[in-house]
Amino acid sequence: MPESSLEDKDICSSSECRTPPLRQFSQSSLPLHRKSYMLSTFCTEQNVQECQSHINQEVSSLGLQPVWTESGSSSEMNVVAVLNCMYDLIQMHRRGLRSLENMEVEQLKSSGNVDYLQLTSTRLKEQLELSKRENTGLLERERQLQLKVKSLQNCLKNEKEEVQKLQNIIASRASQYNHEMKRKEREFNKLKERLNQLLIDKKEKKQAIDVLNNIGRADGKRSLWKTEKTEAKHEAEMYKALLSDYDTRQRELLLENAELNKVLQQMKKDMVSILSSKKPILKGDKYQDDGAQADSEDEEEVFDSSKESVELYCVHAREKLTNSIRLQWRRLKSHVERLDSQETHKEEMDRLKLEIQQCKDFIQTQQQLLQQQLSSPCDEETASLLSDCYMLQEKERLGDEWKTLEEQRTIFERERRNFTEAAIRLSHERKAFEEDRATWLKHQFLNLSPFPDSKKPPMSKSKSAFLISETKASATSAPEKLIRCPSGTNLPTPGCVPHTSSTADLYRTLCLIPENGATKPKRKSDHAEESGVFFNGKAPVRHKQWNDSEEHSSHTKEQNSSI
Amino acid sequence: MNFSEVFKQSNQLCKVSPDGKYLATCVQYRLVVRDMSTLQILQLYTCLDQISHMDWSSDSLFILCAMYKRGLVQVWSLEQPDWHCKIDEGSIGLLSSRWSPDGRHILNTTEFHLRITVWSLCTKAVSYIKYPKACQKGIDFSRDGCYMALAERRDCKDYVSVFVCDDWHLLRHFETETQDLGGLEWSPNGCVLAVWDSCLEYKVLLYSLDGRLLSTYSAYEWSLGVKTVTWSPSSQFLAIGSYDEKVRVLNHITWKKITQFEHPATINNTKAVVYKEVERRPAVGADDLSLHNITIGTTLFNTQSKYEICPPPVQIPVVKPDPDRANPKIGVSTLAFSSDSRYLATKNGGFQVQSLNWHCSGDSLILLGKEQLCLCYMDTDQEDK
Repeated sequence: MPESSLEDKDICSSSECRTPPLRQFSQSSLPLHRKSYMLSTFCTEQNVQECQSHINQEVSSLGLQPVWTESGSSSEMNVVAVLNCMYDLIQMHRRGLRSLENMEVEQLKSSGNVDYLQLTSTRLKEQLELSKRENTGLLERERQLQLKVKSLQNCLKNEKEEVQKLQNIIASRASQYNHEMKRKEREFNKLKERLNQLLIDKKEKKQAIDVLNNIGRADGKRSLWKTEKTEAKHEAEMYKALLSDYDTRQRELLLENAELNKVLQQMKKDMVSILSSKKPILKGDKYQDDGAQADSEDEEEVFDSSKESVELYCVHAREKLTNSIRLQWRRLKSHVERLDSQETHKEEMDRLKLEIQQCKDFIQTQQQLLQQQLSSPCDEETASLLSDCYMLQEKERLGDEWKTLEEQRTIFERERRNFTEAAIRLSHERKAFEEDRATWLKHQFLNLSPFPDSKKPPMSKSKSAFLISETKASATSAPEKLIRCPSGTNLPTPGCVPHTSSTADLYRTLCLIPENGATKPKRKSDHAEESGVFFNGKAPVRHKQWNDSEEHSSHTKEQNSSI
Repeated sequence: MNFSEVFKQSNQLCKVSPDGKYLATCVQYRLVVRDMSTLQILQLYTCLDQISHMDWSSDSLFILCAMYKRGLVQVWSLEQPDWHCKIDEGSIGLLSSRWSPDGRHILNTTEFHLRITVWSLCTKAVSYIKYPKACQKGIDFSRDGCYMALAERRDCKDYVSVFVCDDWHLLRHFETETQDLGGLEWSPNGCVLAVWDSCLEYKVLLYSLDGRLLSTYSAYEWSLGVKTVTWSPSSQFLAIGSYDEKVRVLNHITWKKITQFEHPATINNTKAVVYKEVERRPAVGADDLSLHNITIGTTLFNTQSKYEICPPPVQIPVVKPDPDRANPKIGVSTLAFSSDSRYLATKNGGFQVQSLNWHCSGDSLILLGKEQLCLCYMDTDQEDK
């Protein structure tokens, strides 16, 4: 735009000179309002043309008549046009100022409005909040009131129902009363009629009984007079009946009680056993429980053992039992709950289920096999063969054992027989030996005669020769006495023992005999000597104390051994 | 089942003797005694008026015939047909007559319940008992026949008198705590007397033989109360049927309720078995009803019925009685224990069942209706305690 560039150029060229005015211009925009004037240094004598054209342009752009027409004749301006232009410009300026004022006023007004509106809006917001809160509060109250209304309605309904029911009851009772009243009234009327009838009626029909003959009592007994005794008897019978009834009842209750006690005891034992068996499995954190349990359980066990056979008659014992049962039950319950809540529960369950399934399958197969066995058709031979096939092994074993048993038995029999034979033989031998010994001793004794060269007396004659009791009487008549001694006893009886002082001698003598077995005759002679001393002398008779049964028996033993 | 020919009777007076050998029926004013096995007429007695009530004595030797209108009681003997006995109550009238347990005394209740006259057939002696109460069940004899309990009312108060049946000696006389005594019943062992109030008040009192009050039981107040009371044969339980359609069972040790049975209109219990009688009438077309068919086909009128099991829930037809009438037909009106005390049969409501009776073996029950009867056999195999 050349004009604009020109303008710019102009503006630029005259900027030096114009800026101050422009500045002044801008500065004086305000002061212009204040109606101050200013000196414009826009136009100088040099740039009149340019200024003119510029102003023309400006003015025409503003829509005003051009100030200056390009008539090259004179550079004189149309003053009228310029003044008009100035006037227009001033008017325009004034208008502009006015509109500016108005706009400022408007702006102030609108800003005031805005503030006011803001204030009102905040106020209204607060109000809204408040009213919302109030609203919720009211809603809440309404709800509560509605609930209350509902409950009251229910109450009312119930009350109404009850009232209705009571009314029904009253109605039924009233109808019952009326009915009764009517009945009584009817009866009363009948009574009145009857009374009237009776008053009118002259002949009175009396009560009477007309029996052909008296019949006997049902139980055949004669009736008794009513006396105090019979009354007392009746009372007694009544009380007896009551007592017997109470007795039976009490017996029944006792039995029941005993049963229940037993059951309780059993339950308690079971619970204790269950809990005690579970004790080692319980974890350590439950140790305190266990400790307490152990103490009380020990107590109870002691209690149990002492009271086991005694029935729980006294109240304390009963209470103790029930308390202990309750305690155990509580423990058992807690234990079971603990078990239930344990984590291994599920695994255990699964394992057990699996086991059960396996067992079931096993049982199934077994059953099938059994069925097969039973249902399989087998002929008689195999049947008889198989009839006891299950027990075959056992039977064979049994047979073997029987055999061994039989063998042993025969062996035992044989041995027993042998033993008995041996015993018999032994007894015979003993008897023979005894006889031998007896004869030998007799022989010995007889050989102890004062007459050493005399013949040996026959053995048979002198069973009784041992008895020295006769020697006691008199030394001289010794032989006869010896013979005369009561026979029949092989061994001299202690009763015939003479008490001598020559025990030592005798003992010595007899003791010598076992020592020198070969020197029998010599001993005999010794004996004879001794006996000679014995029988001959007026010296104190020295009886052989050899009748002392003990010594004799010991001697015989020794002799036995020697033989 | 075989049936004999039909015999005439009047007033539903037809009873078998206690020893089971004879059958006595009343036809108007005649008393017919038949042999039970052959149904041959053994004796025929004629009374002076129409017989209102007839009863055998306990030893089956005598029969009493009461004629209430004339106030007469005649007693006949089976052993000696010529023997006769006539008791005339005179102008005082006769309301009811019964035997005593020993079979030698007759108790006549005079009109208006003025008194009870005790006539002795052994001694012709008379005793009077004053102020008997007019109620549902005012007299009861104990099972062994030793004692008689009688309800009395003097000065607007209820009393119970216990008599020794031997010589009618008054053993005990005590007041009961009832408003209006409705009835009394001895327990089978004869040691406890159950006394209950009228239907206006639910109250059951238990007295021991010597007159001590053992216990009181009252289930509820105000509504109509006890309708019927029954002891179990072992004397262990007392069943009380009431107007609220429930049966309550008390035990003999604590006299407290041990159980309660209800009779709901809809049976929902899966354990209950409901038998419903279904009648099958042969379908008859209208044109078949010619005379020919009717005379030939008697099956036309025979309705076959069979019982089928209804699955739960079962709705029982209930007829609501008029609440404004007295003694409404609601509530448990009949109770019967089986002989081993295992079962309890009850009848609730207005069903047309006249009586429930158990067989002495305790396995079967007979229901008597107005026109029908039904035998129920219990399946003992399925029984669980």
